[in-house]
Amino acid sequence: MVIRPLDRKLLRDLWTLKGQAFAISLVISAGVAMFIMYLSTFHSLRLTQETYYERYRFGHVFAALTRAPMNVLERAADLPGVARVEARVVVDVTLDVPDLTEPASGRLIGIDVPARPMLNDVFIRRGRFPALGHPDEVLVSEGFALARDLHPGDSIGAMINGRRRELSIVGIALSPEYIYSIRPGELIPDDSRFGIFWMHGRGLAAAFNMEGGFNHLSLTLLPGASEPDVIARLDRLLAPSGGLGALPRSLQTSHWYLDNELAQLQSVGLVLPIVFLLVAAFLLNVVLTRIVSVQREQIAALKALGYTNRELAWHYTKLSLLIGAAGGVLGTVFGAWMGSGMTAIYNDFFRFPILTYNLPANVVFGGVAVSFAAATLGALNAVRRAAALPPAEAMRPEPPARYRHSLLERAGLAHYLSPPVRMILRNVGRQPARAATAVAGVAASISMLILGTFFLDSIGVLLDQQFFVIQRQDVTVNFVLPASARSLHEVRRLPGVIGAEPLRAVPARLRSAQRSRIVSVQGLVAEPELNRVVDVTGGAVRLPPGGLVLSLKLAEVLAVGVGEVVTMEVLDGRRPVREVPVAGIVEEYMGTSAYMEIGALRRLLGEGDSLSGAFLRVDPAEADVLYQRLKGIPFVAGVSLKRSAVESFQRTIAETFYVMIFFNLLFSSVISFGVVYNAARISLSERSRELASLRVLGFTRGEISLILLGELAVVVVLAIPIGLLLGYIFAGALVAAFNTELYRFPLVVTPRTYAYAATVVLIAASLSGLAVRRRLDRLDLVAVLKTRE
Amino acid sequence: MSSPPSAPSAPKPSVFAARDLTKVYRMGEVEVQALRGVSLDLHESEFLVLLGPSGSGKSTLLNILGGLDVPTAGTVTYRGQNLTSADERALTMYRRRHVGFVFQFYNLIPSLTARENVALVTDIVERPMRPEEALELVNLAHRLDHFPSQLSGGEQQRVAIARAVAKRPDVLLCDEPTGALDIATGVLVLQAIDQVNRELGTTTAVITHNAAVSGMADRVVTLSDGRIASDRRNSVKLSPAELQW
Ligand SMILES: Nc1ncnc2c1ncn2[C@@H]1O[C@H](COP(=O)(O)OP(=O)(O)OP(=O)(O)O)[C@@H](O)[C@H]1O
Ligand SMILES: [Mg+2]
Repeated sequence: MVIRPLDRKLLRDLWTLKGQAFAISLVISAGVAMFIMYLSTFHSLRLTQETYYERYRFGHVFAALTRAPMNVLERAADLPGVARVEARVVVDVTLDVPDLTEPASGRLIGIDVPARPMLNDVFIRRGRFPALGHPDEVLVSEGFALARDLHPGDSIGAMINGRRRELSIVGIALSPEYIYSIRPGELIPDDSRFGIFWMHGRGLAAAFNMEGGFNHLSLTLLPGASEPDVIARLDRLLAPSGGLGALPRSLQTSHWYLDNELAQLQSVGLVLPIVFLLVAAFLLNVVLTRIVSVQREQIAALKALGYTNRELAWHYTKLSLLIGAAGGVLGTVFGAWMGSGMTAIYNDFFRFPILTYNLPANVVFGGVAVSFAAATLGALNAVRRAAALPPAEAMRPEPPARYRHSLLERAGLAHYLSPPVRMILRNVGRQPARAATAVAGVAASISMLILGTFFLDSIGVLLDQQFFVIQRQDVTVNFVLPASARSLHEVRRLPGVIGAEPLRAVPARLRSAQRSRIVSVQGLVAEPELNRVVDVTGGAVRLPPGGLVLSLKLAEVLAVGVGEVVTMEVLDGRRPVREVPVAGIVEEYMGTSAYMEIGALRRLLGEGDSLSGAFLRVDPAEADVLYQRLKGIPFVAGVSLKRSAVESFQRTIAETFYVMIFFNLLFSSVISFGVVYNAARISLSERSRELASLRVLGFTRGEISLILLGELAVVVVLAIPIGLLLGYIFAGALVAAFNTELYRFPLVVTPRTYAYAATVVLIAASLSGLAVRRRLDRLDLVAVLKTRE
Repeated sequence: MSSPPSAPSAPKPSVFAARDLTKVYRMGEVEVQALRGVSLDLHESEFLVLLGPSGSGKSTLLNILGGLDVPTAGTVTYRGQNLTSADERALTMYRRRHVGFVFQFYNLIPSLTARENVALVTDIVERPMRPEEALELVNLAHRLDHFPSQLSGGEQQRVAIARAVAKRPDVLLCDEPTGALDIATGVLVLQAIDQVNRELGTTTAVITHNAAVSGMADRVVTLSDGRIASDRRNSVKLSPAELQW
């Protein structure tokens, strides 16, 4: 293949630029790698999710109820739009794990042994399905089995309707219903304290007085069926049986979390790379514009020789595209590698039968396309200039730059400034636009560093708020059924309990116009000491004697404000429906919650001193004894410990964030090196003639280095405050983008993060300075002065 | 306001016809009148030398003839094609097909070797010489793979000439091709130009500060302050070697 002479020029130009080109390629590759990493992980998860749902017949609608006779099931099956229905008995119990003093809970799900569940089937990882005639055989969820080191052949104790029963594990299972398993009422999954058990439905029903009935139903829809219609009909059908409100798949806990995570992956995968690629485009723009101005006489000559504007435009665009392509390839390779790593991390977090990493062609294509887009964008300005260059004029050498006395000198400080310092100031002042560009570039890279790391600060504050400011209890106890005030006294008298406060939580659907959410309304004492209601800015809130206090996010979802009225349909007991005013709104970081003063809630429910649980403060010395006792109390359905919640938060959610943050950090450091190195190289190429002349005049290497590096220092010093501010603003934008029903991240950037960002840039500047200094030392005086620029 | 003597009885047809060319450069407040009404005809195979003091408008005129620039007023036609009303694209095609340029400052591409600099032109035209052939013509066959920075000024100038003639242009426009050269090298360069003019019949215009060079021209035009001060024809045409410097 013959390389055309113009392309040879291209390759040689590229070779001369190799340092800068490589730095820019790295920045592009960082953007592309993030794009590929996040989006391929997204696709892998999505694909796995869809196949899993399909193969294991994951339901479309889920409904919990108190108890319904089997004929209700037939009527549900007859509802228009319903394809298949399945009824089960599902109960939550306290587990007794031998080596765990702290109580764990289990969810027992009845299955029609030996038949496979018609919907929400299980995948058996190891062992076998329970056999007929062995009512104690169970399947255990993989997450719990791994966390507790349980194997087929082991057994585990469960408090079933007040009696301890030994369940023997015959298999380890997974289900599309519990890809993400979280204890009801909690926000953080804890595999070691929440296990799912599939067991003989008959026996389970008998133990809980459900023979001939069920308390959980799920169904699939016929194609084209209207989900809201089916849900509305199902709710009407189940209301007499204590229906808790049917949920569409989109609100099913496991699916909802998974979808939230996927949505987050997708949006991060789109937003962050765009920011990176914009920075890359900016760098390309600076470098290419510089090249075009250096080569103006060459461009003029080429035009004079008959090269068309389009050929020249393409010439410089190609230069940019080559750099982009290098970044694209590098980024794709890295992105695929990191994507498979990230997918593996998700495998610990979500439970899938198999989660294979899958890099779809369209993601690769997208990555390459965005790298080319960045390259083209970066080339735009330079190409326009090259095309617009009037050939006759460009043949003439550029007029000498116009210098002025710098601001400081004009302020009368000239006397105190040494000649090199004066030169530095004049150089910066001579091309304020160019200096501003360099400052902007470095500032942008600082802001990237902050953007990449401030989540650590944010999570820290969120953790602190959630686990120390709001939850001051050590233990939360949930009762099987609402109990009387006597049980609170009983709990208070348990060993190690220092303080106790009642909780009356009730499931309810809050409705305002077309909007609704099913939540657990928490009745708390007006001014709780333990589980408090705390606004992120206003501090602890006193619950008013009537009306609901909603978390800001829930108020937004329902589109209601203070003073407005919501319809509260209680989904338990006598199921009253009331119009309740919104008495207050609190801003919280996690979840969506609704609070009510416990007395007001009890009146609304028409109950006396009922409670559904209690918050306890515990003397650590006696904690073990307490836990042991709690496991044995029949009316206790679940116990959750704050300490374990914090730990599991650290282990799971924080861990995935740390991985992301690590990559963000890596990439933003790459960016800042790219930017600073480029800035240094460009001023070197602009000044080398001048500096060589100075060397000829007898200036030492040190002196001319001072001039060049001083300029770099001025740029960096100006850029740092701007970059820190910019980083804070970007962080605010990202926090706003991450506002979901699951989390609202607080906008916090600690001094440590600012210091970190500034340090990385200073290191980048020092290393770039060293590299430039080495080039200055090797400056070939004759060659520099011979070439006309 | 000397009206230039047109050549109604010119032996050969007119290649360029320039009429009342003016060129004004505006730099902010200041206006520079580079050309103040120049009319000139150039004929087939003619060898023209342009003389004149610095700043008299020589380069400006040459650039307009070469389609690099357009006049502020007046017209230029090339073989009947109006260059002044042509658009950017048409001018580019005109330069590409018909014009060979040798610039005052060589304007070689520093990242390309001598051969590649010539190939740059032969790559985009029909029926060019081979680059080696063109470099042979200027006695640079032994410097094919040298970069401009490895060549002397004269050698660079000769590469520029090879680059201009390699496309077998219809017109060859040279702006001070010997400006930076010593006598011996200057002669070599002029010989190359002369040879192209004679052997290929290329219409040639050469700007120079060296009045001696005018001895080898068919016709000598002197510019002064943007006007044609004199336009004369040589009765005897010297070869470059015979010039008295
Ligand atoms: N792009 C430009 N902008 C402003 N003035 C210009 C420009 N090009 C030429 N001039 C001015 O026009 C006048 C004629 O310039 P031109 O380059 O044609 O002169 P010249 O005869 O070639 O001079 P020299 O022998 O020094 O090359 C000069 O005064 C010059 O300063
Ligand atoms: Mg000139």
